[in-house]
Amino acid sequence: MIDFSSINSTIDSYLHSVLPAQVATLVECAIIAVCAIVAYLAFAIVMIFMERKVCAAFQCRLGPTRVGFWGLLQVFADVFKMLIKEIIDIKNSDWALYTLAPFLVIMSSIITFSCLPFDNGLQVLDFNIGVFFIMAASSFGVLGILLAGWSSNNKFAMIGAIRSGGQMISYELSMSLCILTLVVLSGTMQVSEIVEMQRGGWFIIRGHIPAVIAFIIYLIAGNAETNRAPFDLPEAESELTAGFHTEYSGMGFGFFYVAEFMNMFIIAGIASTLFLGGWTPFYIPGLEGFNEAMEWIPGFVWFLGKTLFVVWLLMWVRWTFPRLRIDQVLVLEWKYLVPIGLLNLLIMTVCVVMGWTL
Amino acid sequence: MSFLNNTYIGNILSAIGSLATGMKVTLCEFFTRKVTECYPENRKTQHIAERHRAILRMPHDEEGKNKCIACGLCQQACPNGTITITTRSVTDEETGKSRKVLAEYRYDLGSCMFCQLCVNACPKGAIEFSNEFENAVFDRSKLIMKLNK
Ligand code: SF4
Ligand code: SF4
Repeated sequence: MIDFSSINSTIDSYLHSVLPAQVATLVECAIIAVCAIVAYLAFAIVMIFMERKVCAAFQCRLGPTRVGFWGLLQVFADVFKMLIKEIIDIKNSDWALYTLAPFLVIMSSIITFSCLPFDNGLQVLDFNIGVFFIMAASSFGVLGILLAGWSSNNKFAMIGAIRSGGQMISYELSMSLCILTLVVLSGTMQVSEIVEMQRGGWFIIRGHIPAVIAFIIYLIAGNAETNRAPFDLPEAESELTAGFHTEYSGMGFGFFYVAEFMNMFIIAGIASTLFLGGWTPFYIPGLEGFNEAMEWIPGFVWFLGKTLFVVWLLMWVRWTFPRLRIDQVLVLEWKYLVPIGLLNLLIMTVCVVMGWTL
Repeated sequence: MSFLNNTYIGNILSAIGSLATGMKVTLCEFFTRKVTECYPENRKTQHIAERHRAILRMPHDEEGKNKCIACGLCQQACPNGTITITTRSVTDEETGKSRKVLAEYRYDLGSCMFCQLCVNACPKGAIEFSNEFENAVFDRSKLIMKLNK
């Protein structure tokens, strides 16, 4: 396995040798920011393309096939279309907040994205409350959504934003409960340590029943967090035109769109980090040759493979179920997912205390 | 497990069951052959439904004769005024009486809405719809055609 932390420290010491300490730190920050944003955009393109193809397959279609080979250039055409659209100034809208909102959403998404551990050492932030930080960063995106709805001075947008606020704040709860369940199992909140501990076996296997339940609840809550069907109440087309981003055009809309897709990637990334072992390969205890072969596959391939698999699961759900009503969404959360999540946390604690984990 | 009906636990279990059924259906769909027709590429092999109404035709036999008796019922039946029939009189050689025959059967594809009322009105079965659908042209005047020979 490649250890990227050694590469990182080489770059770090080189920069420090040629530049004064503060400038070197600044330069490092800039490099990391550029890398994070480029990676973010690259994955956004992959995700949008994947969504189109997977959605088509679930509907027994082929999906885009015309723009470029196998439709590969379709996303670029979409982005280009969005770039040349007019950005409309809405009369009587709160201009400052209206402009700020998409940036808040995309910022929260990018910050959370940079917390994902792509490979050994290939991670921007790694500190002892990493999981906590991820949860905090991912949840301030709802602020942008609320502001977008409020500032565009439109009833549809307002209703969409309020729904979104209610929904996201509720589902944050069961998401955190699932993550807590895993923290109980791992005993640490540091992302790199959580991944490192799964070398002996992925947590979804080590934690058996409570971990599986937590995984399922996490996926449901994650789907709701990203505002995707069956939880796409905030942008229910048939009732609210486009919900909170009704009034946005051009790249303002583009930001919401990209952030929605990338939030799905982030949810899947966190799921694969916490439950499916992040960048650690799949081991079968006792089969040395097999484990050896698994070692040869680089860590980021493992991470991306697992993440895209979870994304596929989310898309499968998205293209299967019809949309819930807003009261049903809240009933599902408060009457079912939260109690089950709490109970599950208790079961996990008992398992860990009694040493019943694998 | 009938004692669980309409209880909290029972609801959860039946929900999981029905959700799993839905997921199974879509998963099967994911792996079935796709129905998308890649149109210009598959021109040779594509299948257009037999009864698809794409353009009105007047079939002619080997001698170039059609069955139309110029009665004008199709023209009257057409809600759009798509069909215009012009007739001319000919004198029958045997009986010496004059009778109307079809001079020109004009059909405007551009205003046809493919309702098939004309075909249903025809007492002789002289006109029919064909499924040849590649009728796009660059000039509207080309859509007006003469169906009889
Ligand atoms: S199909 Fe309808 S619209 Fe077209 S010619 Fe016949 S009667 Fe007229
Ligand atoms: S096509 Fe049929 S209905 Fe029309 S004029 Fe001829 S015979 Fe009459």
